[in-house]
This record gives sequence, C-alpha cells and structure tokens, in this order.
Amino acid sequence: MPPLLTRRSSRARRRQADDHRRSAPRPRRAPRPTGQPPIVEVRDATVVYPGGHVAIERLTTSIGRGEFAFVVGPTGCGKSTLIKLLIREIEPAAGTIWIAGKDINAMPHDRTPYLRRRIGTVFQDFKLLPNRTVYDNVAYALQVIGEPRSQIRRKAPEILRLVGLQAKIHSYPDELSGGEQQRVAIARAFVNHPPLLLADEPTGNLDPETSIGIMQLLYRINRTGTTVLVVTHDRDMVDKMRRRVIALEEGRLVRDEDASGYHDESTKEFAARMRAEMGVGPEGGTNGHSDFEH
Amino acid sequence: MGRIVFFCSEAFRALRRSAAPSVAAIVTIVVTTLLLGVLVPVLRASESKASEVRDQIGLEVFLYRDATKAETDALQKELNGIPHVTEARFCSPECAKKQLAGELEGDLAGSISELNSNPLPPSFDLALDDPDNLESVRAALLPPNSSGKPTPISRAIDPPIGQDRENATKIREVTGAVKIVLLVIAALLLVASLLLVANTIRLSIYARRREVEVMRLVGATNWFIRWPFMIEGVVVGLAGAAIAVGILLLGKVTIVDPLADDFALVDNLSTMGFVPLVAMLVAAAVCVSALGSGITLRRFLRV
Ligand SMILES: Nc1ncnc2c1ncn2[C@@H]1O[C@H](COP(=O)(O)OP(=O)(O)OP(=O)(O)O)[C@@H](O)[C@H]1O
Ligand SMILES: [Mg+2]
Repeated sequence: MPPLLTRRSSRARRRQADDHRRSAPRPRRAPRPTGQPPIVEVRDATVVYPGGHVAIERLTTSIGRGEFAFVVGPTGCGKSTLIKLLIREIEPAAGTIWIAGKDINAMPHDRTPYLRRRIGTVFQDFKLLPNRTVYDNVAYALQVIGEPRSQIRRKAPEILRLVGLQAKIHSYPDELSGGEQQRVAIARAFVNHPPLLLADEPTGNLDPETSIGIMQLLYRINRTGTTVLVVTHDRDMVDKMRRRVIALEEGRLVRDEDASGYHDESTKEFAARMRAEMGVGPEGGTNGHSDFEH
Repeated sequence: MGRIVFFCSEAFRALRRSAAPSVAAIVTIVVTTLLLGVLVPVLRASESKASEVRDQIGLEVFLYRDATKAETDALQKELNGIPHVTEARFCSPECAKKQLAGELEGDLAGSISELNSNPLPPSFDLALDDPDNLESVRAALLPPNSSGKPTPISRAIDPPIGQDRENATKIREVTGAVKIVLLVIAALLLVASLLLVANTIRLSIYARRREVEVMRLVGATNWFIRWPFMIEGVVVGLAGAAIAVGILLLGKVTIVDPLADDFALVDNLSTMGFVPLVAMLVAAAVCVSALGSGITLRRFLRV
C-alpha cells in the first residue's frame, strides 16, 4: 500500500473513531469509567490466513480499562487469532484494531515493539526461549525495555516467587512440566506490569488447584488496575468466575455477556469462593502457593 | 553501558552454541588475513622496485670507438631533436669506465680501475619523457633504408640499440602482471571470507529463528535483536585477525628478519612498518566480518 494512502486512510479512521466515541459511550462494561477510550477496541475485523481460511469474521467488540474478560469458544474458532491480532502479530484483512485509542495497524512497523511492551502476553504454546533459564526468560522481558541490572535482579525473582517457581529459577524450560512452563510465561508477561494482559489458555495444563492459583493471580493483577483478557476452554471456571464472557464460533461473535452476580471481592474472598464452588479443599496448599494469598 | 555488556554476553552465548560454523569462519578469516599479510608487503616491495626500474628506463646508444668529435656533435643535435627525448647525454669511454666502477663493488671495482686500457665504447644516454615511448624513439634512431632494413641515423652508431635496457621494460611488465594476479587473488579471498562470515551469521540466525520470533513478540526492537549478531560477526573477525597476526609475527621473527640481512628484496619487505600492516589487517578483517553480518542481517532479520 502506498504510504500516502495509508496516511490518509488512517486519518480517516481516526475521525471515524472520534465519532464512534462520541456516539457510543459504554458505561456498562467499564467498572471504572474514565472518559478515556477503551483499552481494546476491535472494529469489524476480519482475518484471512494465507491458505484462504477466514479465522475471524467481522468481529466488533471492546474492552474497557480495568475489565476482566474471558474469551471462550470451541477449538479453531479464532481465539488465539484474536490475541495475535491485538499484538499485531498478524494484520486484519479488513477492519481496525485500536489499543488505548490508537489504530495499531496504522502505526509504523518500527513502533510495534513498543506496543508489545505495553501488552503482557501469555502464549498458548508459552514461547519461552529454550536456551535460557527460567530466570533469564523473565529477565529478557526486562532487558528488552532497557531495565537496569539492579532492577532486573530485584524484579525477576520477585515475580517468580509470586507464581511459585522460586525453586526452579535456574532450570531450563525443557526441564519443567507444562504447568511450570505456563507459569514462567505468566511471570514473563506480567513482570513489566503492563496495563493490558492477554492470557491464551493460562490454565490449560494445570490441575484444578493450581488453576485456581493462577486465576487468583490474574484476579489479583486485575485488581491492581490491569485489564485482563483470558482465553479458556474451562467452562466451569468461567461460570464460577462470574465475569464478562465473549464467545466466538467460527470466527464470529456469538455471545457477549456479563455473568450475573458480578461483585467486587477481595482476592482472598475470591479464592475461597472459587475453591468452595469447584469442590477443591480450602487449602490445597501442596504446591506452596501461599504467595497468592495477599 | 549495561546494554553493551548484555549484547556482548548474548553474542558470546551464541558463539559457544554454534561453535562449528564459527570456527570455519574464523579459519577463513585467518587464511585471508595471512595471505593479505604476505601479499601487501610483497606488492609494496615490487611497487618500489618497479618504480626504481621505471626511473632508470632510457636508451643507451653505443658508438664506434673511432667516431669523430664532429660526428658525435652532429649526432647529439639530431638526438635532441627526436620527439620524447628529454636529454641526450654524451658519455666518453672514461665516463663509462667510472660508471661501471661505481656500479660494481669490492674486488671487481678494484680490477676495473686496474685496467690500463679502456675497452668500453663511448655512448649517448637518452632520457625519455615516458618509458612507454621507448619503441618510437628506437624507431626514430633506426629508420628503414631503401631496401626496408633498419639503418642507424648516423654512421657513428654501433647497432643494436638499447638491448640492455629492454630488460627493464620486461621486468616492468612482469611485475605489473604479478601485481594484477596478486590483487585478484586478494580480492577473491576477501569476497570468500565475506561470504563465509555472512553464512555463519545466517546459520546462527537460522538456528535461532524461533528465538528471534519470540524476542519480537515480547517487544524487542530490530536493533536489540541485531546487535548480538553484529558483535558475533565482529568477534569472529577479530579472533581470525588475532590468530593471523600471531602467525605473521612468528614468521617475521623466525624467517624474514634473519634473511633481511642477506637479501635486498627481503629487506625491502620489512620497509613496510609491521604496526601499520597489523592495524590495516585487523581493520580489514573486522570490516569484512561486520559487512558480512550486516548484509545477512538486512536480508534475514526484517520485521
Ligand atoms: N498460521 C495459520 N495459517 C493458516 N491457518 C491458520 C493459522 N493459524 C490458525 N489457523 C486456522 O485458523 C483457525 C483459528 O485458529 P486459532 O488458533 O485462532 O484457534 P483457537 O480458537 O485458538 O483454537 P484452540 O482453542 O484449539 O487454541 C483454525 O481453523 C486454524 O486452523
Ligand atoms: Mg488457541
């Protein structure tokens, strides 16, 4: 696409965005209405993979700052594709993606790394660096943003303790179980305290007790003001969490609802309720997850 | 500062992991640098030799011993009139004897001065504006006669003309050819090592393509990813250059220096300072490998 065209169309899109914001305020979803644009806004986006497969079709949705939302749907419905779209790993064939009020596909490519630094992503396949220890994997996310060594030495072990991996700090990814790798991925995604956290199946490899631990961690992260978007297959977990649910099917939005009974609760209350409702003992505690309880 | 340390440690981590291709690249750099280290002084030496020879190029026109003063005077006028001749200097038998004595050394020089008769003929030394005009001047001295046979312009001239000095031209041509061959070899070597370093970096990128992908996804900028590869290439260049310089130094101390006392040509070799030579070689090796990595990075590490 010639640059002139890009610039003109992006300006056009921006104007459109302003109209949109004025005409469609959404007090419903944002727990903390701030007057700022939603942190994630997908407008009529369509993704077509090289083979011609339409993975996302005319999807429109938005997520307010501070929200905690789930994305559910059968396998192959385009959940991971949505995540890729939000971090600009792929470009939409049509439509626009707005993060914190910016059309990310209109940004020059050399700005993409800075976008990704503001979004913590837990990938479905973890995407850990195989030749680095757990510590170095987490540290890399800090080195990328130019964090001084002293800060890295402080922050990396801290976040690893938070996900219960303090004992595995010097292990390599292939020496870890799936669940442990998943927790390294979560630690890396959140070590920078990004304003937006995307987690693709963060409990996919975990037993119920550890899953609750991870959900508790995500909940805690959410309570610090971070917007959290969790992709999951775990119907049960979604039902119990009572948060917003975005359901996809064959790339289309089929359901978008706030579960009933949503109310603010502390992380402790949350954990207790989850355990009770999912039939897990009050203190499973075998994995030493006491650090979740703050 | 912390960043430089980080990039360097990343580069060394990669070098350790892909040792085999790195070693291959280092060896090529060593060979290239070694050959350059030998070629460059040789070229320099032959260059100075050639220009020395070039300066000497002229024509010597020998005369019959019985040439009269009138004949030589007339000839001198005529010689000065030939195009491209800048000076025609008369050299009497005595002058020739002195010159010969000056060119020879030791016992031979003594025996020349002991000769009581002088066997050397008088001659004219012709200085030319350009050695390339040698042939045209010679043709002017020997115009063809009515039957087409080259005949000297004066009865005093004892043909043939300038056989000796012709050798100088041959030397010049040979050194010129050798120089071109050496330059071509040097250029080929440089290209070969450039490609090998480029290939090493390419392998390194290929081996880590998944890793690079992940780095991008967690927000690493292009240059943040590139720097370690760049340093990796430069380290390969530096290592190769260091080894080559070590070998050259060894060769200089054990072979060239002892010979320098005995042979003028070898002495010529060491006229080029060792320090500037080493600096030049290291700079060349580093430039080649940095260029090699740079080219590959541009091709294979795009966002
Ligand atoms: N790189 C690709 N090239 C072509 N098709 C792809 C590619 N990645 C995904 N797809 C297809 O796009 C569709 C959506 O894939 P996606 O990974 O988003 O599914 P998902 O909802 O995350 O599934 P799961 O729950 O199994 O992880 C699938 O049908 C898949 O086959
Ligand atoms: Mg998926």
